[in-house]
Amino acid sequence: MGKHVLVIEDEPNIIEAISFILSRDGWTVATHSNGHDAVDVVRDKSPDLVILDVMLPGKSGYDILTELREGEATRDLPVLMLTARGQSKDRDLAERIGASRFMTKPFSNAEVLEALRELVPQ
Amino acid sequence: MGTLNILIAVCLGYVALLFLVAFMAERAALRGRAKWLRSPFVYTLSLSIYCTAWTFYGAVGFAARSGLEFLTIYIGPTLVMIGWWWGLRKLVRIGRTQRITSIADLISSRYGKSPLLAVFVTLIAVIGTTPYIALQLQSVTLSFASFSANADEAGQLGDHDATALWIAAGLALFTVLFGTRNLDANERHHGVVMAIALEAVVKLFALVAVGIFVVWGIGGGLSATLDRIDASAIGTWQVPDGRWAALTLLSAAAFLTLPRMFQVLVVENEDENHLRTASWAFPAYLMLMSLFVVPIAVVGLDLMPEGANPDQFVLTLPLSQGQEGLAMLSFLGGFSSATSMVIVAAIALSTMVSNHIVMPIWLRLAEGGAMISGDVRHVVLLARRLSIAGVLALGYLYYRFSGGGEALAAIGLISFAGVAQFLPALMGGIFWRGANRVGALAGLTVGFAIWAFTLFLPSFGPGVFLPETVFEAGLFGNSWLRPEALFGITGLDPLVHSVMWSMTLNTAVFILLSLLTFPQPLERLQGAQFVNVFQHTGNPQGWSGGVAQAEDLMVMAQRILGPVEAQSLFQRAATAQGLAGYLPDPTPEFLQMLEREMSGSVGAATAHAMVSQIMGRATVSVEDLLAVADETAQMMEHQSQLEAKSAELTRTARQLRAANDKLTQLSVQKDAFLSQISHELRTPMTSIRSFSEILRDAEELGQEQLTKYANIIHQEAIRLTRLLDDLLDLSVLENGQVNLNIQRGSLTALLDHATASTGVSGAGLRIHRRGLDLDVEMETDLDRLSQVFINLIANAKKYCDAPRPELTIRVAQRDNYLVVDFTDNGSGVPRDKQDLIFEKFARVSDQKAGGAGLGLAICREIMSRLGGAITYLPGQGGASFRVTLPMRMRQAAE
Repeated sequence: MGKHVLVIEDEPNIIEAISFILSRDGWTVATHSNGHDAVDVVRDKSPDLVILDVMLPGKSGYDILTELREGEATRDLPVLMLTARGQSKDRDLAERIGASRFMTKPFSNAEVLEALRELVPQ
Repeated sequence: MGTLNILIAVCLGYVALLFLVAFMAERAALRGRAKWLRSPFVYTLSLSIYCTAWTFYGAVGFAARSGLEFLTIYIGPTLVMIGWWWGLRKLVRIGRTQRITSIADLISSRYGKSPLLAVFVTLIAVIGTTPYIALQLQSVTLSFASFSANADEAGQLGDHDATALWIAAGLALFTVLFGTRNLDANERHHGVVMAIALEAVVKLFALVAVGIFVVWGIGGGLSATLDRIDASAIGTWQVPDGRWAALTLLSAAAFLTLPRMFQVLVVENEDENHLRTASWAFPAYLMLMSLFVVPIAVVGLDLMPEGANPDQFVLTLPLSQGQEGLAMLSFLGGFSSATSMVIVAAIALSTMVSNHIVMPIWLRLAEGGAMISGDVRHVVLLARRLSIAGVLALGYLYYRFSGGGEALAAIGLISFAGVAQFLPALMGGIFWRGANRVGALAGLTVGFAIWAFTLFLPSFGPGVFLPETVFEAGLFGNSWLRPEALFGITGLDPLVHSVMWSMTLNTAVFILLSLLTFPQPLERLQGAQFVNVFQHTGNPQGWSGGVAQAEDLMVMAQRILGPVEAQSLFQRAATAQGLAGYLPDPTPEFLQMLEREMSGSVGAATAHAMVSQIMGRATVSVEDLLAVADETAQMMEHQSQLEAKSAELTRTARQLRAANDKLTQLSVQKDAFLSQISHELRTPMTSIRSFSEILRDAEELGQEQLTKYANIIHQEAIRLTRLLDDLLDLSVLENGQVNLNIQRGSLTALLDHATASTGVSGAGLRIHRRGLDLDVEMETDLDRLSQVFINLIANAKKYCDAPRPELTIRVAQRDNYLVVDFTDNGSGVPRDKQDLIFEKFARVSDQKAGGAGLGLAICREIMSRLGGAITYLPGQGGASFRVTLPMRMRQAAE
C-alpha cells in the first residue's frame, strides 16, 4: 500500500493524467474537483501529500493552502501546487503562504513524480 | 314759440352732428385710417375746452363788470403755451412713459404710487369741478331763457331746472357712449376729441361772427367802435396789480391742473410734437376768442337796457337787433363751449373716480375673486359709466341747490383756485427730485383747506356752510381765522387773499416737509424717472460729457476689469486722444467704451449705473435699477444654469467614477488577460503534454487506454485551436478589419439553423419561440448573426442552472429594428457581474464549461459591426440577452 496522495484539480483530463502516472508510480490516489470543501476533504482523508491546483471553482488553491497551514493537523502537510498561470508573482505568493513545491502547467510527468518523492520519502 | 322750437331742433340736430362726428372718428381710428385725426390742429382745437361757456358768455360779462381783467384768463394759458411748451413736453413725455391716465394718477404715481394721494387729488378735483359743471348747465339754461324771454315765450320751456336736467342727462349719455367706449391702455378718445375740435371751431366762428356783427353791424365800423370803447369806462378801469398777477397765475395754473385740461393736454396727446404747433396756434385761438370781447361788452352796455345781464350779451345783442340766425349761431357757440367742457371734465373725473376710488374699493371687496376671474374690464367700464353719471348728477344737484344766479359767475375762478392747489405737487414732482409724498400730501391738504375756508365755502354766502359769526369773529372765535382776513390781513380782494394764502402755504409746507422727511424707495425711483424723463427716453445711453474724474473711473475700472487690463484700456484711450500717461479725458466716446468693457464683467445696467455715479450723476434711474434687476434675474438664471451645470458635473463625475471603477475592474481584468490567456492555453497543453508523455513512455497500455488518451489529446488540441480562433476573431473584430458578407435571409431560418447547430433540439434545454411568426426578411451578415445566436443558445445550454432548463427566444420588430430576446429560466447573471460579462474572459460561473470566456465579447463586437447591439436585460427571471439589429444593414455604416 503506497502513500496516499489527494489531487485537488478541476480539469477532468488533467485529473486523469495525474491519477494515471501517480498510480503507476505506486501512490494511492484520491481526487477532488472543487474548492468549496477541499479543506474538509483533506482533513477527512489525511493524505500524505496534496497536489493542489490554483484555479478551482469555489475557492482558490491559495485560500485552501492558507487554511491548511492554519490547521494543526495539516500545518506540515506537503503540498505541491500546480498552476497554469505561470507568472513569478504566483510562485512568490505560493511560497510565501507555505507551498511545499510550486510547478507550472504543463509539467513533465517525470518532474512531478520526482517532486513527490522528494516531498514524501517512500 | 316757433323760434324756440327751431332752437330745440337746431340743438338736437347739432348734438346729432356731434354724435356722427364722434362716431365716424372712432370708426376711422379703429381702422387706423385716421391720419387727419392726428393733426396737430385737432390737438390744438381740443385744447380749446379751456374756453368754456364761462369764457364764451362770461368773458363779456367779466369785461362789462371789471374791464380788461378778463384778459388774465387768456394771458395765463398763452404764457404757458408760448413760454413753457418745453415744460409741457416733459409733462406729456412723462404721461406717455408712465402711462398716466389723469392728474390724480400723475401725482399719485410720482409720489410712490400713493393711493391716499390719488384719492385726495380726485376728491379735490371733483369738489373743484362740480361747481364748474353746474356753471355750464346754468349758462346753457340761461341762454335758453334768453331766447324765450326775447321771444316772449317765457314759461314755454318749463322751468330751468328741467332744462338743466335734460342737458345733464344728454351730456351724460354722450359721454358714456364716447368716453367709455373702450379701455385703451392710453385712454384716448378719438371720437370725443374730434367732436370737441368741431365744437371749438363752432364756438370760435360764432363768437367772431357776433363780434363782426357788433363792430360792423351795430357799432358802425372799427374806428367808431374804438371810439365807443375809449368813451366807455372799461378802458379806464384800473385793475389792481395784485389781482392781475393772481389771476394770471391762477389761469396759468388751472390750464395745467384742471382735470379736463390735463386730459386733453397730456392724456389725449397723440404726439408730443403737436405741442410745437399748439404753442402758437392755441394762443392765436385764444386771441381770436378774446378779440371781440371788449367791443361786444361796450356795445352791449351802450345798447342793452339797464340791468340786462352782460353775461348774455353775446346772445342778447344779436337778438335785440332781430338777428335770430346769428343769435342761433351764438347760442350754438355757447352750447358747444358748455358741452365740450362738461364732456371732457366728466371723462377726466370719471377716470379718476373709477380708477382711484371705485376700483380700489371694489378690488378690496371682491378680494381674490377679481384676481381669479381676471375680467376687470367690464367692472372698470361700469365704474366709469356710473362715475360719469355721478359727476353730472353732482353738477346738476349743485346747480339746483346753489340757487343759481349771480353767485355762479365767480365759480370759474373759484374752481381755478381749487385745482391750482395741485400746482406745487405737480411742478415739484416733475422738476424736483427731493419732492416727496409727505410734502405733497401736506401741501395739498393745507392749500385745499385754506381754499375751502377762504374761498369755496364763503362763496355760498354767509349762513350756508359757514355761519356769519365765522366771517366776523373768525373760526372758533379766533379773529385771525376769518375767511376773508386770514391772519389778520384785511383789505385784500377775497380771491387774491385766498390764492395768496393757499398757494403760498401750500408751496411752503410742500417744500418744507419734503426737505424734512425721507421719501420711500419707490418715490425715489419714480421721482428720478419723472424728473429725468428726457435723459432716459430721449438718449438713454448717451453721455453728454460732464466733468468726470478720470482717476476715479480708473480706480473703478481696475476693480472690475483687473489692474492690467484697465490700465492698458485707459492708456490706449489716452494715446488715441493724443495724451501721455494713463488718464484719458472722459469724453462721451470713452465713457461709452468703458461702459461696454465693464458691462462684459458686470452687465450693462450695472456698468451704466457705476459710470453714472462717478460722472456725478448720482441719479441711478429707475430704468437703470430695473435693468440691474433684470441682470439680477439673469444672474439668477445663470446661477440656476450653473446649478444645472454643477448637477451635470456631479453626474459626469459619478459617471466618470463609475467608468473608472469599471476601468479599474477592467484593468484587473486586463492585467489578468495574459494570465488568463496563459491559463487557457496551458490547461489543454498540460493534458496534451502529460498524455503524450504517458503514451511515449508506457509500454503496458491497453488498446482501450491508448484510444482514450489519444482522444483526450485530440480534444484538447481542438480546444486549443478553438481558443486561438476565438482570440484571432476577436482581435479582427476589435480592430474593425472584419469583412462583412451582407446577404438577404429570413430570421426564422437563421434561428432554426442556430438551434440545430448547438445540438440542443430535444435533449436538455427546451427552446420556445415567441413573437413574430411571420418570416422576417433581413439583410445583414447572416453568418455573423448566426454566430451570435449560436453563442447565446450555447451559453443557455451551458449555464442555465434550472432543473428543467428552458430558453425563450422572443422576436419583436421596433420600427426598422429587430429585437430578439434570449431568456432562460436559470438564476441569471448576478447584478454586479452584468456589466462585465461582455468583457473578455469574464466568466461568471466558476464551473468549467469549455469556453474561454470570449463568446460574449465576440458577440458584442459582431453586433456593433452589424449596426446593432447586444445587451443584458435584467429582471427577466433568468439570464436574458437582447439582440437588436437593423432590418436592413446599411453598408455605409461600415
